[in-house]
Amino acid sequence: MNINLTLIAQAISFAILIWFTTKFVWPYLLNAIETRQKTIADGLAAAERGKQELEVATQRSAEVVNDAKQKATSIIAQAEKRASEIVEEAKANAKTEGDRIITGAKAEIDQEVNRAKEGLRQQVSTLAIAGAEKILRKEIDAKAHADLLTSIANEL
Amino acid sequence: MATGHLTPSEYIGHHLSFNQKVVGEGGFWVLNVDTLVMSALLGIVVFGLLWWVVRGATAGVPTKRQAFVELLVEFIDTQVKSIFHGNRHVFIAPLALTVFVWVLVMNAMDFLPIDIMANFVYANLGLHAWRSVPTSDINATFALALAVWFLMIFFSIKVKGLGGWIHELFCSPFGSNPLVWPANFAFNLIEYISKPLSHSLRLFGNMYAGEIIFLLLGMWAATGLAGTVFGALLGAGWAIFHILIVCLQAFIFMMLTVVYISMAHESH
Repeated sequence: MNINLTLIAQAISFAILIWFTTKFVWPYLLNAIETRQKTIADGLAAAERGKQELEVATQRSAEVVNDAKQKATSIIAQAEKRASEIVEEAKANAKTEGDRIITGAKAEIDQEVNRAKEGLRQQVSTLAIAGAEKILRKEIDAKAHADLLTSIANEL
Repeated sequence: MATGHLTPSEYIGHHLSFNQKVVGEGGFWVLNVDTLVMSALLGIVVFGLLWWVVRGATAGVPTKRQAFVELLVEFIDTQVKSIFHGNRHVFIAPLALTVFVWVLVMNAMDFLPIDIMANFVYANLGLHAWRSVPTSDINATFALALAVWFLMIFFSIKVKGLGGWIHELFCSPFGSNPLVWPANFAFNLIEYISKPLSHSLRLFGNMYAGEIIFLLLGMWAATGLAGTVFGALLGAGWAIFHILIVCLQAFIFMMLTVVYISMAHESH
Protein backbone atom coordinates (compact mmCIF):
# COMPACT_ATOMS: atom_id res chain seq x y z
CA MET A 1 0.00 0.00 0.00
CA ASN A 2 3.04 2.23 0.11
CA ILE A 3 3.86 4.59 -2.69
CA ASN A 4 7.00 3.32 -4.35
CA LEU A 5 8.90 3.30 -7.62
CA THR A 6 5.98 1.46 -9.26
CA LEU A 7 4.34 4.86 -9.49
CA ILE A 8 6.97 6.17 -11.87
CA ALA A 9 7.24 2.97 -13.88
CA GLN A 10 3.47 2.87 -14.26
CA ALA A 11 3.39 6.52 -15.33
CA ILE A 12 5.99 5.77 -17.99
CA SER A 13 3.98 2.88 -19.39
CA PHE A 14 0.93 5.14 -19.34
CA ALA A 15 2.83 7.76 -21.33
CA ILE A 16 3.89 5.13 -23.86
CA LEU A 17 0.32 3.92 -24.28
CA ILE A 18 -0.95 7.47 -24.73
CA TRP A 19 1.71 8.09 -27.36
CA PHE A 20 0.85 4.82 -29.11
CA THR A 21 -2.89 5.51 -29.19
CA THR A 22 -2.41 9.10 -30.31
CA LYS A 23 -0.04 8.10 -33.05
CA PHE A 24 -1.19 4.72 -34.31
CA VAL A 25 -4.76 4.01 -33.26
CA TRP A 26 -6.81 7.18 -33.27
CA PRO A 27 -5.79 8.81 -36.57
CA TYR A 28 -6.37 5.69 -38.67
CA LEU A 29 -9.83 5.05 -37.35
CA LEU A 30 -10.77 8.71 -37.39
CA ASN A 31 -9.63 8.89 -40.99
CA ALA A 32 -11.77 5.90 -41.92
CA ILE A 33 -14.79 7.28 -40.06
CA GLU A 34 -14.46 10.76 -41.52
CA THR A 35 -13.97 9.45 -45.04
CA ARG A 36 -17.07 7.34 -44.65
CA GLN A 37 -19.03 10.28 -43.27
CA LYS A 38 -17.96 12.34 -46.26
CA THR A 39 -18.95 9.55 -48.64
CA ILE A 40 -22.36 9.32 -47.03
CA ALA A 41 -22.80 13.10 -47.11
CA ASP A 42 -21.80 13.16 -50.77
CA GLY A 43 -24.23 10.35 -51.51
CA LEU A 44 -27.06 12.18 -49.80
CA ALA A 45 -26.24 15.39 -51.66
CA ALA A 46 -26.15 13.48 -54.95
CA ALA A 47 -29.51 11.92 -54.15
CA GLU A 48 -30.92 15.37 -53.42
CA ARG A 49 -29.51 16.69 -56.68
CA GLY A 50 -30.93 13.70 -58.55
CA LYS A 51 -34.33 14.40 -57.04
CA GLN A 52 -34.24 18.00 -58.17
CA GLU A 53 -33.10 17.00 -61.62
CA LEU A 54 -35.89 14.47 -61.83
CA GLU A 55 -38.38 17.20 -60.93
CA VAL A 56 -37.01 19.48 -63.63
CA ALA A 57 -37.04 16.66 -66.15
CA THR A 58 -40.62 15.79 -65.24
CA GLN A 59 -41.62 19.40 -65.79
CA ARG A 60 -39.81 19.53 -69.10
CA SER A 61 -41.35 16.29 -70.30
CA ALA A 62 -44.79 17.61 -69.37
CA GLU A 63 -44.07 20.74 -71.39
CA VAL A 64 -42.90 18.69 -74.36
CA VAL A 65 -46.00 16.52 -74.22
CA ASN A 66 -48.18 19.63 -74.03
CA ASP A 67 -46.40 21.15 -77.02
CA ALA A 68 -46.80 17.94 -78.98
CA LYS A 69 -50.48 17.81 -78.12
CA GLN A 70 -51.00 21.37 -79.30
CA LYS A 71 -49.09 20.71 -82.49
CA ALA A 72 -51.08 17.55 -83.13
CA THR A 73 -54.34 19.44 -82.59
CA SER A 74 -53.32 22.16 -85.01
CA ILE A 75 -52.15 19.59 -87.55
CA ILE A 76 -55.44 17.73 -87.30
CA ALA A 77 -57.37 20.99 -87.68
CA GLN A 78 -55.32 21.91 -90.73
CA ALA A 79 -55.81 18.46 -92.19
CA GLU A 80 -59.53 18.64 -91.65
CA LYS A 81 -59.65 22.03 -93.30
CA ARG A 82 -57.58 20.78 -96.17
CA ALA A 83 -59.75 17.70 -96.51
CA SER A 84 -62.91 19.76 -96.67
CA GLU A 85 -61.20 22.02 -99.21
CA ILE A 86 -60.27 19.04 -101.34
CA VAL A 87 -63.80 17.70 -101.14
CA GLU A 88 -65.17 21.09 -102.13
CA GLU A 89 -62.72 21.31 -104.98
CA ALA A 90 -63.56 17.82 -106.14
CA LYS A 91 -67.23 18.65 -105.96
CA ALA A 92 -66.71 21.77 -108.06
CA ASN A 93 -64.57 19.86 -110.55
CA ALA A 94 -67.15 17.14 -110.84
CA LYS A 95 -69.87 19.71 -111.42
CA THR A 96 -68.00 21.48 -114.20
CA GLU A 97 -67.03 18.16 -115.75
CA GLY A 98 -70.63 17.01 -115.57
CA ASP A 99 -71.82 20.24 -117.11
CA ARG A 100 -69.25 19.86 -119.83
CA ILE A 101 -70.34 16.30 -120.55
CA ILE A 102 -73.98 17.30 -120.56
CA THR A 103 -73.28 20.17 -122.96
CA GLY A 104 -71.29 17.87 -125.23
CA ALA A 105 -74.02 15.29 -125.17
CA LYS A 106 -76.65 17.89 -125.92
CA ALA A 107 -74.62 19.18 -128.88
CA GLU A 108 -74.16 15.64 -130.15
CA ILE A 109 -77.86 14.99 -129.79
CA ASP A 110 -78.62 18.18 -131.71
CA GLN A 111 -76.19 17.12 -134.40
CA GLU A 112 -77.75 13.66 -134.59
CA VAL A 113 -81.21 15.17 -134.78
CA ASN A 114 -80.10 17.54 -137.54
CA ARG A 115 -78.44 14.73 -139.42
CA ALA A 116 -81.53 12.57 -139.09
CA LYS A 117 -83.63 15.49 -140.27
CA GLU A 118 -81.29 15.99 -143.21
CA GLY A 119 -81.45 12.28 -144.07
CA LEU A 120 -85.21 12.30 -143.80
CA ARG A 121 -85.44 15.36 -145.94
CA GLN A 122 -83.31 13.75 -148.62
CA GLN A 123 -85.33 10.57 -148.51
CA VAL A 124 -88.57 12.54 -148.54
CA SER A 125 -87.38 14.54 -151.51
CA THR A 126 -86.37 11.35 -153.27
CA LEU A 127 -89.74 9.84 -152.35
CA ALA A 128 -91.52 12.98 -153.54
CA ILE A 129 -89.69 12.84 -156.81
CA ALA A 130 -90.44 9.18 -157.22
CA GLY A 131 -94.05 9.88 -156.37
CA ALA A 132 -94.23 12.73 -158.80
CA GLU A 133 -92.66 10.58 -161.49
CA LYS A 134 -95.23 7.95 -160.94
CA ILE A 135 -97.99 10.51 -161.06
CA LEU A 136 -96.69 12.21 -164.17
CA ARG A 137 -95.46 9.03 -165.76
CA LYS A 138 -92.68 10.86 -167.18
CA GLU A 139 -89.20 11.57 -166.50
CA ILE A 140 -88.58 14.58 -164.56
CA ASP A 141 -85.41 16.25 -165.23
CA ALA A 142 -83.86 16.56 -161.83
CA LYS A 143 -81.67 19.23 -163.02
CA ALA A 144 -84.40 21.23 -164.61
CA HIS A 145 -86.55 21.10 -161.56
CA ALA A 146 -83.90 21.35 -159.01
CA ASP A 147 -85.19 24.60 -157.67
CA LEU A 148 -88.60 23.20 -157.30
CA LEU A 149 -87.37 20.06 -155.61
CA THR A 150 -85.25 21.95 -153.21
CA SER A 151 -88.07 24.19 -152.18
CA ILE A 152 -90.27 21.17 -151.63
CA ALA A 153 -87.57 19.52 -149.64
CA ASN A 154 -87.22 22.62 -147.53
CA GLU A 155 -90.90 22.73 -146.78
CA LEU A 156 -90.91 19.21 -145.49
CA MET B 1 -2.88 -21.70 -2.71
CA ALA B 2 -4.50 -24.09 -0.31
CA THR B 3 -6.21 -22.09 2.39
CA GLY B 4 -6.65 -24.86 4.91
CA HIS B 5 -3.70 -24.05 7.09
CA LEU B 6 -4.01 -20.28 7.00
CA THR B 7 -5.88 -18.08 9.43
CA PRO B 8 -8.32 -15.65 7.82
CA SER B 9 -6.02 -12.68 8.27
CA GLU B 10 -3.10 -14.63 6.83
CA TYR B 11 -5.28 -15.61 3.86
CA ILE B 12 -6.27 -12.04 3.14
CA GLY B 13 -2.82 -10.71 3.85
CA HIS B 14 -1.35 -13.29 1.53
CA HIS B 15 -3.68 -12.32 -1.31
CA LEU B 16 -3.07 -8.64 -0.78
CA SER B 17 0.72 -8.77 -0.77
CA PHE B 18 2.53 -7.60 -3.86
CA ASN B 19 5.28 -9.38 -5.67
CA GLN B 20 7.90 -6.80 -4.84
CA LYS B 21 11.42 -6.33 -6.05
CA VAL B 22 13.72 -4.10 -4.07
CA VAL B 23 15.90 -1.99 -6.33
CA GLY B 24 17.52 0.39 -3.87
CA GLU B 25 17.79 1.72 -0.34
CA GLY B 26 14.68 2.90 1.45
CA GLY B 27 10.96 2.21 1.19
CA PHE B 28 10.51 4.05 -2.09
CA TRP B 29 12.90 2.06 -4.23
CA VAL B 30 10.65 -0.94 -4.64
CA LEU B 31 8.90 -2.17 -7.75
CA ASN B 32 5.57 -3.98 -7.64
CA VAL B 33 6.36 -6.50 -10.34
CA ASP B 34 2.86 -7.94 -10.53
CA THR B 35 1.22 -4.55 -11.07
CA LEU B 36 3.73 -3.55 -13.70
CA VAL B 37 3.71 -6.85 -15.57
CA MET B 38 -0.07 -7.18 -15.56
CA SER B 39 -0.71 -3.61 -16.66
CA ALA B 40 1.97 -3.68 -19.34
CA LEU B 41 0.78 -7.05 -20.60
CA LEU B 42 -2.82 -5.88 -20.75
CA GLY B 43 -1.77 -2.63 -22.39
CA ILE B 44 0.24 -4.43 -25.05
CA VAL B 45 -2.49 -6.99 -25.74
CA VAL B 46 -5.44 -4.62 -25.86
CA PHE B 47 -3.76 -1.73 -27.68
CA GLY B 48 -2.04 -4.18 -30.00
CA LEU B 49 -5.49 -5.56 -30.75
CA LEU B 50 -6.85 -2.07 -31.41
CA TRP B 51 -3.89 -1.30 -33.63
CA TRP B 52 -4.37 -4.54 -35.53
CA VAL B 53 -8.07 -3.79 -36.15
CA VAL B 54 -7.47 -0.15 -36.98
CA ARG B 55 -4.56 -0.79 -39.33
CA GLY B 56 -6.92 -2.51 -41.76
CA ALA B 57 -9.67 0.06 -41.22
CA THR B 58 -11.66 0.78 -44.34
CA ALA B 59 -13.79 3.77 -45.13
CA GLY B 60 -16.21 1.46 -46.91
CA VAL B 61 -18.41 -1.12 -45.25
CA PRO B 62 -16.64 -1.98 -41.99
CA THR B 63 -16.02 -5.50 -40.76
CA LYS B 64 -17.67 -6.55 -37.51
CA ARG B 65 -14.57 -6.01 -35.42
CA GLN B 66 -13.92 -2.64 -37.01
CA ALA B 67 -17.53 -1.68 -36.32
CA PHE B 68 -17.04 -2.67 -32.70
CA VAL B 69 -13.92 -0.54 -32.35
CA GLU B 70 -15.66 2.32 -34.14
CA LEU B 71 -18.53 2.04 -31.69
CA LEU B 72 -16.08 2.36 -28.82
CA VAL B 73 -14.24 5.25 -30.42
CA GLU B 74 -17.44 7.11 -31.30
CA PHE B 75 -18.74 6.62 -27.77
CA ILE B 76 -15.60 8.19 -26.34
CA ASP B 77 -15.50 10.86 -29.03
CA THR B 78 -19.07 11.87 -28.17
CA GLN B 79 -18.19 12.19 -24.49
CA VAL B 80 -15.10 14.25 -25.23
CA LYS B 81 -16.94 16.45 -27.72
CA SER B 82 -19.55 17.37 -25.12
CA ILE B 83 -16.85 18.54 -22.68
CA PHE B 84 -13.90 19.80 -24.66
CA HIS B 85 -14.29 22.57 -27.23
CA GLY B 86 -11.24 22.60 -29.41
CA ASN B 87 -9.42 20.22 -31.69
CA ARG B 88 -9.92 17.10 -29.62
CA HIS B 89 -8.42 14.72 -32.19
CA VAL B 90 -4.89 15.93 -31.61
CA PHE B 91 -4.58 14.71 -28.05
CA ILE B 92 -7.55 14.64 -25.70
CA ALA B 93 -9.74 12.11 -27.49
CA PRO B 94 -6.93 9.56 -27.95
CA LEU B 95 -5.95 10.15 -24.34
CA ALA B 96 -9.52 9.45 -23.24
CA LEU B 97 -9.53 6.27 -25.32
CA THR B 98 -6.26 5.14 -23.76
CA VAL B 99 -7.45 5.83 -20.23
CA PHE B 100 -10.85 4.21 -20.70
CA VAL B 101 -9.65 1.05 -22.41
CA TRP B 102 -6.65 0.51 -20.21
CA VAL B 103 -8.45 1.13 -16.93
CA LEU B 104 -11.33 -1.03 -18.12
CA VAL B 105 -9.15 -4.06 -18.86
CA MET B 106 -7.12 -3.57 -15.70
CA ASN B 107 -10.33 -3.41 -13.67
CA ALA B 108 -11.66 -6.43 -15.53
CA MET B 109 -8.86 -8.55 -14.05
CA ASP B 110 -11.02 -8.51 -10.95
CA PHE B 111 -13.28 -11.06 -12.64
CA LEU B 112 -10.55 -13.67 -12.56
CA PRO B 113 -11.17 -16.02 -9.62
CA ILE B 114 -8.65 -14.90 -7.07
CA ASP B 115 -7.64 -18.31 -5.67
CA ILE B 116 -7.44 -20.01 -9.05
CA MET B 117 -5.21 -17.21 -10.28
CA ALA B 118 -2.99 -17.51 -7.23
CA ASN B 119 -2.82 -21.26 -7.71
CA PHE B 120 -2.03 -20.85 -11.40
CA VAL B 121 0.74 -18.35 -10.79
CA TYR B 122 2.22 -20.50 -8.00
CA ALA B 123 2.07 -23.69 -10.04
CA ASN B 124 3.47 -22.21 -13.24
CA LEU B 125 5.78 -19.43 -12.09
CA GLY B 126 6.50 -20.50 -8.53
CA LEU B 127 5.46 -17.10 -7.18
CA HIS B 128 3.74 -16.89 -3.80
CA ALA B 129 2.52 -13.34 -4.06
CA TRP B 130 0.77 -12.15 -7.17
CA ARG B 131 -1.99 -9.56 -7.49
CA SER B 132 -3.75 -9.60 -10.81
CA VAL B 133 -5.67 -6.33 -10.56
CA PRO B 134 -3.30 -3.42 -11.23
CA THR B 135 -5.95 -0.81 -10.37
CA SER B 136 -6.23 -2.17 -6.84
CA ASP B 137 -2.66 -0.98 -6.38
CA ILE B 138 -2.57 2.65 -5.25
CA ASN B 139 0.65 3.10 -7.19
CA ALA B 140 -1.04 2.33 -10.48
CA THR B 141 -4.06 4.58 -10.00
CA PHE B 142 -1.94 7.35 -8.52
CA ALA B 143 0.45 7.10 -11.45
CA LEU B 144 -2.42 7.64 -13.87
CA ALA B 145 -3.89 10.47 -11.84
CA LEU B 146 -0.52 12.13 -11.42
CA ALA B 147 0.20 11.87 -15.14
CA VAL B 148 -3.15 13.51 -15.83
CA TRP B 149 -2.29 16.13 -13.22
CA PHE B 150 0.96 17.00 -14.96
CA LEU B 151 -0.83 17.12 -18.31
CA MET B 152 -3.35 19.47 -16.73
CA ILE B 153 -0.62 21.85 -15.57
CA PHE B 154 1.19 21.48 -18.88
CA PHE B 155 -1.89 22.46 -20.90
CA SER B 156 -2.74 25.22 -18.46
CA ILE B 157 0.66 26.80 -19.05
CA LYS B 158 0.64 26.03 -22.76
CA VAL B 159 -2.75 27.67 -23.33
CA LYS B 160 -2.48 30.67 -20.99
CA GLY B 161 1.28 31.09 -20.81
CA LEU B 162 3.28 30.85 -17.61
CA GLY B 163 2.24 34.37 -16.58
CA GLY B 164 -1.38 33.65 -17.31
CA TRP B 165 -1.26 30.47 -15.25
CA ILE B 166 0.33 32.20 -12.26
CA HIS B 167 -2.12 35.07 -12.65
CA GLU B 168 -4.94 32.57 -12.52
CA LEU B 169 -3.47 30.92 -9.41
CA PHE B 170 -3.77 34.22 -7.55
CA CYS B 171 -6.71 35.92 -9.22
CA SER B 172 -9.37 33.26 -9.51
CA PRO B 173 -11.95 32.44 -8.37
CA PHE B 174 -12.53 35.47 -6.13
CA GLY B 175 -11.09 38.30 -8.24
CA SER B 176 -7.86 40.20 -8.83
CA ASN B 177 -7.89 42.40 -5.73
CA PRO B 178 -4.52 41.90 -3.91
CA LEU B 179 -6.44 41.40 -0.65
CA VAL B 180 -7.93 38.13 -1.89
CA TRP B 181 -4.71 36.78 -3.41
CA PRO B 182 -3.95 34.52 -0.43
CA ALA B 183 -7.48 33.18 -0.42
CA ASN B 184 -7.33 32.54 -4.16
CA PHE B 185 -3.99 30.84 -3.90
CA ALA B 186 -5.09 28.65 -1.00
CA PHE B 187 -8.23 27.74 -2.91
CA ASN B 188 -6.28 26.78 -6.01
CA LEU B 189 -3.72 24.87 -3.96
CA ILE B 190 -6.43 22.78 -2.36
CA GLU B 191 -7.96 22.17 -5.76
CA TYR B 192 -4.65 21.10 -7.27
CA ILE B 193 -3.96 18.75 -4.36
CA SER B 194 -7.43 17.29 -4.16
CA LYS B 195 -7.78 16.58 -7.85
CA PRO B 196 -5.19 13.79 -8.20
CA LEU B 197 -6.05 12.38 -4.78
CA SER B 198 -9.78 12.05 -5.44
CA HIS B 199 -9.09 10.94 -8.98
CA SER B 200 -6.81 8.07 -7.97
CA LEU B 201 -8.37 7.09 -4.66
CA ARG B 202 -11.86 6.74 -6.12
CA LEU B 203 -10.68 4.08 -8.57
CA PHE B 204 -8.32 2.44 -6.11
CA GLY B 205 -10.94 2.30 -3.35
CA ASN B 206 -13.57 0.73 -5.56
CA MET B 207 -11.29 -1.94 -6.95
CA TYR B 208 -9.61 -2.69 -3.61
CA ALA B 209 -12.95 -3.03 -1.85
CA GLY B 210 -14.19 -5.28 -4.62
CA GLU B 211 -11.18 -7.51 -4.21
CA ILE B 212 -11.63 -7.69 -0.42
CA ILE B 213 -15.26 -8.68 -0.79
CA PHE B 214 -14.23 -11.47 -3.11
CA LEU B 215 -11.67 -12.58 -0.56
CA LEU B 216 -14.22 -12.55 2.25
CA LEU B 217 -16.65 -14.58 0.16
CA GLY B 218 -13.82 -16.98 -0.68
CA MET B 219 -13.11 -17.37 3.00
CA TRP B 220 -16.73 -18.07 3.75
CA ALA B 221 -16.73 -20.70 1.01
CA ALA B 222 -13.95 -22.50 2.90
CA THR B 223 -16.00 -22.92 6.08
CA GLY B 224 -18.30 -25.76 5.09
CA LEU B 225 -21.07 -26.84 2.73
CA ALA B 226 -23.49 -24.03 3.56
CA GLY B 227 -20.66 -21.53 3.35
CA THR B 228 -19.62 -22.91 -0.02
CA VAL B 229 -23.15 -22.67 -1.42
CA PHE B 230 -23.78 -19.16 -0.13
CA GLY B 231 -20.27 -18.06 -0.87
CA ALA B 232 -20.64 -19.21 -4.47
CA LEU B 233 -24.07 -17.60 -4.86
CA LEU B 234 -22.99 -14.30 -3.35
CA GLY B 235 -19.71 -14.46 -5.23
CA ALA B 236 -21.65 -14.80 -8.49
CA GLY B 237 -23.92 -11.92 -7.46
CA TRP B 238 -21.00 -9.74 -6.53
CA ALA B 239 -19.22 -10.59 -9.77
CA ILE B 240 -22.29 -9.56 -11.76
CA PHE B 241 -22.56 -6.34 -9.80
CA HIS B 242 -18.85 -5.89 -10.31
CA ILE B 243 -19.35 -5.77 -14.09
CA LEU B 244 -21.16 -2.50 -13.49
CA ILE B 245 -18.48 -1.20 -11.12
CA VAL B 246 -15.64 -2.10 -13.46
CA CYS B 247 -17.21 -0.29 -16.40
CA LEU B 248 -18.48 2.60 -14.34
CA GLN B 249 -15.15 3.27 -12.63
CA ALA B 250 -13.31 3.16 -15.95
CA PHE B 251 -15.87 5.58 -17.39
CA ILE B 252 -15.64 7.92 -14.38
CA PHE B 253 -11.87 7.89 -14.51
CA MET B 254 -11.93 8.78 -18.20
CA MET B 255 -14.54 11.50 -17.74
CA LEU B 256 -12.59 13.12 -14.92
CA THR B 257 -9.44 13.01 -17.02
CA VAL B 258 -11.24 14.79 -19.85
CA VAL B 259 -12.86 17.28 -17.51
CA TYR B 260 -9.60 18.18 -15.76
CA ILE B 261 -7.74 18.69 -19.01
CA SER B 262 -10.60 20.68 -20.56
CA MET B 263 -10.69 22.90 -17.49
CA ALA B 264 -6.99 23.56 -17.97
CA HIS B 265 -7.79 24.89 -21.45
CA GLU B 266 -10.34 27.41 -20.24
CA SER B 267 -9.37 30.74 -18.77
CA HIS B 268 -11.35 32.18 -15.94
